[in-house]
Amino acid sequence: MGKLILLLLNLIFLCDIVAAVFEDQVGKFDWRQQYVGKVRFSHFDTHMQLSKKVLIATESNVFAALNTRTGDLFWRHVDKTGLEGNIDAVLQHGQDAVLVVGNGRVLRSWDISVGGLNWEIVLDSGSFQSACLVGQQGTVKHAAVLKKSVISFHYLTNGHLKWIENLPESETVNYQAVYSSGNGQVYAMGVVPHSHIAIVAYSMDDGEIINQISVDAPWLSNIPASCAVIGQGILTCVDATTASLYTLDLHQQLQMTQVPLQSLGLEVDPGFHPYLVSHQPSPARQPLSEFLLQLGPDHHLLLQLNDGQIVTLRDFKPALLVSFATTGEKTVAAVMSPKNKTACSINLFSSETGRRLLDTTLIFTVDPNGGKPERLHVQAFLKKDDSVGYRVMVQTEDHALIFIQQPGRVMWTREEALSDVVTMEMVDLPLTGTQAELEGEFGKKAAIQDGLMSMVVKRLSSQLIMLQAWIAHLWKLFYDARKPRSQVKNDVTIENLSRDEFNLQKMMVMVTASGKLFGIDSKTGSILWKHYLDNIPPNAAFKLIVQRTTAHFPHPPQCTLLIKDKDSGLATLHVFNPIFGRKSHVTPPALSRPILQSLLLPLIDQDYAKVLLLVDDQYKVSAFPSTKNVLQQLQETAASIFFYLVDSSQGRLSGYRLRTDLSTEQVWEVVIPNEVQKIVSVKGKRPNEHVHSQGRVMGDRSVLYKYLNPNLLAVVTESTDLHQERSFIGILLIDGVTGRIIHEAVQRKARGPVHVVHSENWVVYEYWSTKSRRNEFSVIELYEGMELYNSTVFSSLDRPNAPHVLQQSYIFPASISTMEATLTEKGITSRHLLIGLPSGGILSLPKMFLDPRRPEIVSEQSREENLIPYAPELIIRTEWFINYNQTVSRVRGIYTAPSGLESTCMVVAYGLDIYQTRVYPSKQFDVLKDDYDYMLISSVLFALFFATMISKRLAEVKLLNRAWR
Amino acid sequence: MSRPLSVKVSVFFTVLLFVYTDFVCCNNGRRVGDSLETELSGFSVPLEHSFELDDAGKFQVRGSLLLKTGREPSVSLMQNQLSEEDRAKLKEVAAVDGLYRIRVPRVFLQADRQTECQMEGHLTAFVRACAMVESHLSDVITLHTDVSGYLIGVSIVTIPGACRGTEVEDEVDLEVFNTTLSIMAPVNAPGPETALFLERMEIETEKKGKNPQEQKSFFAKYWYLILGGAIFLMVSNSAQPPSGGGREQS
Repeated sequence: MGKLILLLLNLIFLCDIVAAVFEDQVGKFDWRQQYVGKVRFSHFDTHMQLSKKVLIATESNVFAALNTRTGDLFWRHVDKTGLEGNIDAVLQHGQDAVLVVGNGRVLRSWDISVGGLNWEIVLDSGSFQSACLVGQQGTVKHAAVLKKSVISFHYLTNGHLKWIENLPESETVNYQAVYSSGNGQVYAMGVVPHSHIAIVAYSMDDGEIINQISVDAPWLSNIPASCAVIGQGILTCVDATTASLYTLDLHQQLQMTQVPLQSLGLEVDPGFHPYLVSHQPSPARQPLSEFLLQLGPDHHLLLQLNDGQIVTLRDFKPALLVSFATTGEKTVAAVMSPKNKTACSINLFSSETGRRLLDTTLIFTVDPNGGKPERLHVQAFLKKDDSVGYRVMVQTEDHALIFIQQPGRVMWTREEALSDVVTMEMVDLPLTGTQAELEGEFGKKAAIQDGLMSMVVKRLSSQLIMLQAWIAHLWKLFYDARKPRSQVKNDVTIENLSRDEFNLQKMMVMVTASGKLFGIDSKTGSILWKHYLDNIPPNAAFKLIVQRTTAHFPHPPQCTLLIKDKDSGLATLHVFNPIFGRKSHVTPPALSRPILQSLLLPLIDQDYAKVLLLVDDQYKVSAFPSTKNVLQQLQETAASIFFYLVDSSQGRLSGYRLRTDLSTEQVWEVVIPNEVQKIVSVKGKRPNEHVHSQGRVMGDRSVLYKYLNPNLLAVVTESTDLHQERSFIGILLIDGVTGRIIHEAVQRKARGPVHVVHSENWVVYEYWSTKSRRNEFSVIELYEGMELYNSTVFSSLDRPNAPHVLQQSYIFPASISTMEATLTEKGITSRHLLIGLPSGGILSLPKMFLDPRRPEIVSEQSREENLIPYAPELIIRTEWFINYNQTVSRVRGIYTAPSGLESTCMVVAYGLDIYQTRVYPSKQFDVLKDDYDYMLISSVLFALFFATMISKRLAEVKLLNRAWR
Repeated sequence: MSRPLSVKVSVFFTVLLFVYTDFVCCNNGRRVGDSLETELSGFSVPLEHSFELDDAGKFQVRGSLLLKTGREPSVSLMQNQLSEEDRAKLKEVAAVDGLYRIRVPRVFLQADRQTECQMEGHLTAFVRACAMVESHLSDVITLHTDVSGYLIGVSIVTIPGACRGTEVEDEVDLEVFNTTLSIMAPVNAPGPETALFLERMEIETEKKGKNPQEQKSFFAKYWYLILGGAIFLMVSNSAQPPSGGGREQS
């Protein structure tokens, strides 16, 4: 019988935690955006006139095809991160795109129409240098791959090796480029820096060396940076120190011809490295004899090489970007030149003559909140009248792609900076105008200043405005109801942003690695504002702090972004309004010294902004805002402001206390010798976390009180010894105020990477067990015991008893990328762990499975307490995936935020993609279901009401009749 | 804590006696001399304290920690009395809510020679001076080591820990430290308990095997319940259509 009860309990329990989406709810509460990253190579699909594809290979190791009409993805392939998946070269030929991946490790061919893999072969080891397609008699059938010491030749149809040859003298010569013009020969070009160029010509049939020459070039160090092959196989180089162009015929000459730039009437801008661009429309034919020469940041030239003579066809100055494009037989040069401060114009020029083509002007408006244009990708096509038309894809410094059509219509914009989100916050939206009106009326200041009469007038006017807004709302509802649902569009713009009833719509402020900030509407995912911060150091660390929320009308909300250069430690502050993205007129303090730590205090200044303390490398503290009021408050509370610093290179954790003169004193120090273990992460609790219940009710109705120390830090260390028998990870729980080590545990035979979540009275961490070769979860819970030491307030300084520590571990059948816990308004809802898996799923694992009190042997009491019997393995149930089939590639972080509904937690997972959804860890106990039958309940109510009325009447009549009788 | 020790029992031998337990209460009135005898596999390091009105760190010797190295390190403490001057100062510091700080040098407990065990730097901790005064100098000092025996941290709490502002009249209360000292090594975190779970599973399957009644399949056991449920469902379904149809029209 006990078994049966257990079974039933299990069944009920299983039913209880099923929290999947229904089919018709797909996309209702969630959205996903897919990105590709910063573009490295792009090819427009030209083999079909009407093709809408552009192929893109990016620095995030993604190869994708975009729809040029809409900017959407046709397909996308995400390779491994790091060097292993690095895309070295993209060669496109007809339907196929050949990629060299992973520093020449793999050669892959993709079918670009559907994105399927044609073939893949593994190449011999050796660092990749260059690759090119090789054609013969007008057809392209091979690809040549040049590596450090070998050149290999592959068939395009199946990737098989045709021949492979060692490069002569590869120890001394740096082979850097490979070239073929379709005449049956392949040239490998190398350089011995500041000595000579070595050129080897191979026969493409059998790889036999046809010709090998060596030419003096003492000025040359890098071929791709300064040379290009032009016209009938003429290697042309440019050198800044001698201010000359050099030409060399690959076929016959043994000497380079020097052409001083001065003889062409040209001059290189001082300090600029000149650059040559040639254009080879088809690998089976020779490159054009026209080429581009860049002499300065905004100075380009179109030159022609004709029988050894260099002629200037056109001088473009000022010209920011220049690019060649070919359609049919025509080749054009697209030139972007600045027009005024906010716009650039793009024009087409015939490459043969340098004449400007008529009606080809395109205006590109530079976004004042975006970066400068960086590259130009031109798609040229022939119009019906045989003239050349074109569209351009402009790539800007902030990794945005903007696709423009003549005469300047932006067809789409892709914000690829969002593929690398570093940190984010969710900010409540402001009140609507009417709500704000009410707030203003009952504002403290207003009440004191105005008299009774004006208050009455104010009240009436605000009531009127509210009535008006309500009627407008009703009208809109009525109007929309008549239209089919698909046509009703709720366009969110920055003007009509307002908080909804349950605060489910928020502003997502995202900070990206490129230094571009975004404000995204959490409901639809549309970008409401963007702001590009230039001069961000390349290895900057960011910390986003919400100093003032929207709750303090009429003060605007305020966010502060701390940008720290990881090398120098120097930091800058960017203060902005998170709703509109505008830079605030509050001037942040200039920080002249490297910053070690920043902390947001619960103190607020007279404008309701929380105080941010910044600690510099001399342990001096500066406050922002630093008004008199703030400084006074700081002086009063200095003795209770403690902070900690972590120096992981020395394994030093130290605590400091603020003094009244804003200097600091060290109060505690813990040193973990870094010969044995190194600190990998230090996790505190989230400051906005609420814990509703102070204890847990046990089976015997007694209460086990939680140890809720808000200052507790979880410090994770990894051993320096990585041998699988001796490696370990350490968990230290340290009080951040007193430096007291509350608990110290060692997980032996374990290795990182360790993912930690620290919340309430528990710490969950995940590690790799080297002994059993599996991922394991461990949970630590802290309890004060059956009695609470001081139930009213927690003070780290007055808590002499160490808490009871319970710990349990489990096997987890997958590796994980990131982990976070759900967060709700009041902390009543049970907690779930959100786990980002490398497969792209986001798993919502109930915390009750990670509970060290799960009993080994089931007893009456544990059953009473609803504890699940211990099972060593945590099982992944498919219905726990909150993102059903919406794979989120390369999840790097999960952000959770409470909403106005206690049951609902907002979740944003970011990585290469961004996914936003809501989760209901205890189901929607405070919301009626979507398909709730209002009609039925109201009709039943009415029916009951009338039934009572009628029966009452009938009863009265009956009573009356009886009385008469 | 658990082992009360008479004040009068003289000191050092008792300490040695109780050295095998990890903690020891020490409240002696002897002044620690320089010539401290150490055990064969042990050494002593100073325990220093500092309490100043301006919170500057002026550390003075409070006592000396006798550390026994080896597999199971243990520790004992000999400490001085507070002088008249110090008592007055401690009270003053407590009055302005200053800090009472202690520090120990970083040591390595597994070293063979004393020269190897000392390292650069100190480990520090603090309590509020008022807590120290109000608890009549009864404190709990814990030394924490890491896996390999390096001392990584020290912590001090007083019992009771609160500052209630009660005046300590008797000077004698502030004379002698009443210290509970312990040394803590990291605990081994448990791995997943597979063996026990499997054992339990086996027992359960065995039980099932013994009891043929249990071996019956789910359907065989509860067919009447299922059948009843199915009939009930069918009956309620056949009654449903009129009302369901009505709802759809509305």
